[in-house]
Amino acid sequence: MSSSAWPAWARQVRAVVALEWKKGFAGKRTGWILLLAALPVMLAAGHSLAMWRRGDWIHTVTGDSRTFAGLFQLAYLRFSIYLGCAVVFANLFRGDALDRTLHYYLLAPLRREVLVCAKFLAGLSALVPLFLGSVAASYLSLMAHFGPRFEEFLLEGEGLAHLGWYLVVTALASLGYGALFLVVGQIFANPMLPAAVLLVSESINAFLPPPLQKLSVVYYLKTLVPVKLPETGPLAVLAADLAPMPAWKAVLGVLLFSAALLACAAFRARRLEIRYEE
Amino acid sequence: MSGGILFEDVSKFYGEVLGVNHVTLAIGPGVTSLVGPNGSGKTTLMNLMTGLVRPSRGQVSVLGISPEHPEQLFRRTGYATQYDAFPRGLTGYDFLYHCMRLHGAARAEAKRAAWEALRRVGLEEAAGRRIAAYSKGMRQRLKLAQALAHEPVVLVLDEPLNGLDPIARAQTLALLKELASQGRYVIVSSHILHELDRISDAIVLLDGGYIVAEGRIGEVREEVKDQPARFLIRASAARQLAAHLMEAGAADEVRLGASGDTAVVGTRSAEQMLLTLNRLAVELGADIETVAPVDADVESLYQYLVGAGGDFS
Ligand SMILES: Nc1ncnc2c1ncn2[C@@H]1O[C@H](COP(=O)(O)OP(=O)(O)OP(=O)(O)O)[C@@H](O)[C@H]1O
Ligand SMILES: [Mg+2]
Repeated sequence: MSSSAWPAWARQVRAVVALEWKKGFAGKRTGWILLLAALPVMLAAGHSLAMWRRGDWIHTVTGDSRTFAGLFQLAYLRFSIYLGCAVVFANLFRGDALDRTLHYYLLAPLRREVLVCAKFLAGLSALVPLFLGSVAASYLSLMAHFGPRFEEFLLEGEGLAHLGWYLVVTALASLGYGALFLVVGQIFANPMLPAAVLLVSESINAFLPPPLQKLSVVYYLKTLVPVKLPETGPLAVLAADLAPMPAWKAVLGVLLFSAALLACAAFRARRLEIRYEE
Repeated sequence: MSGGILFEDVSKFYGEVLGVNHVTLAIGPGVTSLVGPNGSGKTTLMNLMTGLVRPSRGQVSVLGISPEHPEQLFRRTGYATQYDAFPRGLTGYDFLYHCMRLHGAARAEAKRAAWEALRRVGLEEAAGRRIAAYSKGMRQRLKLAQALAHEPVVLVLDEPLNGLDPIARAQTLALLKELASQGRYVIVSSHILHELDRISDAIVLLDGGYIVAEGRIGEVREEVKDQPARFLIRASAARQLAAHLMEAGAADEVRLGASGDTAVVGTRSAEQMLLTLNRLAVELGADIETVAPVDADVESLYQYLVGAGGDFS
């Protein structure tokens, strides 16, 4: 057997991921998550369709790439990815505890720390491909109405680089918010209230005191988004990026932020007790 | 030997609520029964052994391993909990297969072990059906299969007979006895006493979070010498014999059977009563057919110790 070549713990991590997939993650809420991924694509496609039918030539490729930046910041970072991570990651432990099946994981010869990482990986393995696909589909369909002009922008201009950065930010956002909600789900019986509070604090991040700013996912992601939003108008609050930094710093920031949260989740998992509500 | 399962002055509080208190206990190989009424702390002890809860005070070790190290503990321990729940949407086979994969088994080995466990608990036919469609007894057996699929040395089973029909019960008891005869540690809980005492090598009686008696069944009996016992006497002159036993002070209570040839005699000193009975039988020329203890099992002992009446089932 080729799989016997793997060390036991690696097989166990794969087994956790496989079991999470088998259980279908969010259960009945899986449909909602697919909807979260589909909504921005529909918006983007709707925009394209409207432009195409109107024969609109006022829009420029640069203009619409700013439109996409808005869609990305608003519909993805503040809505779909954020909520998707909240539902999936907050329920990784909490959902099993509510189902009274968490003990099956705790009865396996697996360090609790490894279990936390394995569950985290399982969540990422579902959401990252989903949102990468969704973001790419949105980008392409939003710009599709430009036809050959977009093709040129994509292949010879900055298009592909933009898309690449959006995908990087998408993956990092899933990582950061995933780790955040893993911990939130361990601490709070009802994670939706803290999720709402955190969303507000993420959105006004730029106006928080600087030390607090750093304890946020959006603080790092903002610098990585390839197209900045105009700093006036309705989205100004989201746009404000008071602390531009080199890309490598921002990526490292998200990674460190996530690692710290994972460590916290692992620490809590070590002290976790099975006390299902009777 | 690394000492079997050891509790050293272990207490567990759930906030203000007492789970178990000052438990010092050593469990060896063979079948050990944890017996006590609802809320007496059976599950708490089992969860402490397996690290599902952590002691508020004291230390637990299983074969020298602390339950804080699941990666070592569950290579050698299997636990069927009292929680009647399974991951969503799985068949019985899926469930066992995934459990074995969580144990680190390669695919082929996981498959083999899953089928072997299904066979042992007699669930092969239902293997492909969704657990959601299983009866309570089938779910109970599936949990047992999950606990023993990886061939653990220590097997912890919380009320494994709950919900089983008499045949499945007998089969499960036989399986537990077989596992114990292989030198394993089989720890079983129940609040129905007589169903376990026949296969138990040792028993631990719990009440209100405390151990009230503990040891080999015989030893536990010894611990309480003046335990009242009742005997059924079937004899030609049962009525007469019983009356004389009362007179001689060898019996404390007597109940007579309707047919006149049986009597139930209660005594605080079984030995004295039996000697007197033999003497009387000769004197009266009575023909004794049987003398049998009515409550020779652990039930009477338990009732006496815990002071609870009635049947807990
Ligand atoms: N999660 C919990 N939170 C609060 N109290 C608890 C919890 N679990 C157990 N207890 C309390 O601890 C005591 C012992 O409970 P435990 O479940 O160990 O008893 P048990 O002997 O297994 O009972 P049963 O026969 O009902 O399963 C009880 O008083 C119970 O109320
Ligand atoms: Mg119990």
